[in-house]
Amino acid sequence: MWQYIIRRLLQAIPTLLGVSIIIFFVFALTPGDYVDTNIQLTPEKAHELKVLYGLDKPIIERYFIWLGNVMKGDFGFSLQFQKPVTSLLNDYIWNSFLIAIVSLILTWTIAILIGVYSALKKYSWFDVLVTLGVFAAMSFPSFFLGLLLIKFFAVDLKWLPVGGMTYGGSNSTGMAYVLEVLKHMILPVSVLTMLSVGSLTRYFRANMLDVIRQDFVRTARAKGLKERVVIFKHALRNASLPAITLLGFELPGLFAGAIITEKIFAWPGVGHIHMQALDNRDYTVLMGFTMFLAILTVLGNLLADIFYSVADPRIRLK
Amino acid sequence: MALETTRSVSNDPAASRVKPAKSPSLWKHSWRRLRKNKLAMFGLVFIIFMFIFCFIGPLFSPYTNGNTDILNMKKAPSASHWLGTDLVGRDVLTRLMQAGQISLTIGIVSMILTVIIGGGLGVISGYYRGFVDLVIMRLADILMSIPSLPLLIIMGAIMTEWKVPPEYRIYIVMIMLSILGWPSLARLVRGQILSLREREFMQAAESLGLRDYRKMFYHLLPNTLPMLIVVCTLTVGGAILSESALSYLGVGVGPTTPSWGKMIDLANNLMDFQKRPWLWIPPGLAVFLTVISINLLGDGLRDALDPQGNR
Repeated sequence: MWQYIIRRLLQAIPTLLGVSIIIFFVFALTPGDYVDTNIQLTPEKAHELKVLYGLDKPIIERYFIWLGNVMKGDFGFSLQFQKPVTSLLNDYIWNSFLIAIVSLILTWTIAILIGVYSALKKYSWFDVLVTLGVFAAMSFPSFFLGLLLIKFFAVDLKWLPVGGMTYGGSNSTGMAYVLEVLKHMILPVSVLTMLSVGSLTRYFRANMLDVIRQDFVRTARAKGLKERVVIFKHALRNASLPAITLLGFELPGLFAGAIITEKIFAWPGVGHIHMQALDNRDYTVLMGFTMFLAILTVLGNLLADIFYSVADPRIRLK
Repeated sequence: MALETTRSVSNDPAASRVKPAKSPSLWKHSWRRLRKNKLAMFGLVFIIFMFIFCFIGPLFSPYTNGNTDILNMKKAPSASHWLGTDLVGRDVLTRLMQAGQISLTIGIVSMILTVIIGGGLGVISGYYRGFVDLVIMRLADILMSIPSLPLLIIMGAIMTEWKVPPEYRIYIVMIMLSILGWPSLARLVRGQILSLREREFMQAAESLGLRDYRKMFYHLLPNTLPMLIVVCTLTVGGAILSESALSYLGVGVGPTTPSWGKMIDLANNLMDFQKRPWLWIPPGLAVFLTVISINLLGDGLRDALDPQGNR
């Protein structure tokens, strides 16, 4: 087991190095940084800033300096927000995490329930409806779905706030604050859930269809077990085994901050910061953030593999 | 995917030389299966409709010149302008068709590029194995580890910084989408080639002394065609979705090129968003309906070309 984990860890190193090279050079090739585009700076001041942040050094040298810092956990300094990128991320990432984790829990609960039920009632009208819904969920452009929900629930019906995390100028505390945030969360969480629930439902349905045809399910029925026990204890457990892998892939998504959804709902998460940094050409933030996400993705893949090798020991031999 | 058995019978080059009539029967069978799938047929019909709507529809519109009309700005839908007019008085319905041409073209061209890069590298990787395979698959791993939306956004920003002429941005968007799309396709193709190359028909090809190029692209690649067709279909939908998101964020096609995403971009203006839904709801629905049709068709094709599948 440990041998497998170590082997996978070693494989992740060249991938991460390659990722860092691509990310760094894509950003380094971009002309016009925060210093260049800030017209309020005098040439002397601009040069001073460039020296201060090491922007005058040759590009290869800058790459290694940057890589060394990243390995120490230092993703650079944001000129726009005037603080280190790590502390900037730390300020906003938990807002992103909040809507991501709630929608993750919702997505998995809904997907398992609907997936299992529509597999049991294969080709019923419910199943057809679910199939259509799944395709609709997979085909909606996220921003258009968000805009429609805002237009309908916030602008026309005025049931829910248009965006943000709290009402402007609100200083409620305690329960009132929690309720206020909850109310603002409903729409973004719905969008995130609707976007991801489709493919997962399909996945559970397909797995469940595979499993309920197998011999051990027939044996369990033949033993005279209750149908509920057969389905939820024997079949569902086996059907969710491959899904454990997917849980690993969710890791980056939890912290990535949905860029588009957060932009539309003006939710103060990292995705929102990402768009602001883009508008101000604050590339340190974008670079640090992209690298951070790539590290999480590689970690997530690694976790998925490890989960899977725990669930299915045969995989380790490959 | 358990596609190999049916395919190797019909596409086996040795067999097809003896009985040329054998090859089309796979496609006929698949087409028969596809026709039974109502959802997939709906998808196919709608896609055809969308193409006719976008490419032939403008011929019947009196507003194709795209001239601004100051007297008819921001008009709600009416008999003369079925979907109303936009901020400078252009007919929204006509613009929807013209934008559709752009969006559909981007979807198809970036699919073709993705297949050329992904299919080519996948075959090479699976056929030669060893070091070449290692390099290509590592590159695929790396590209798949970088979150695609932030990368696309920054590439879009670079285009703006480099002052890429707006009319060329559309080509760069296509290239960007295929650069990010090829790795997953290459992996799928490679996986199939790895098992196909051990088949008997490849031994036959080997004993005939065929060149590597012929073996790879005339004997191995055609055998992955059923899978390629499915992936191609779904890739077009994905590309249309990505393009609309990029254009909505303002880093996609140039300001003068209409595309569906670019039209929805108008919703960023609060007044247009709240008071003039005819500006942004039709293009949004167009994207949604096109992509859902493509997905339904792709799924139906998967079932039709892969009868052993359990769905």
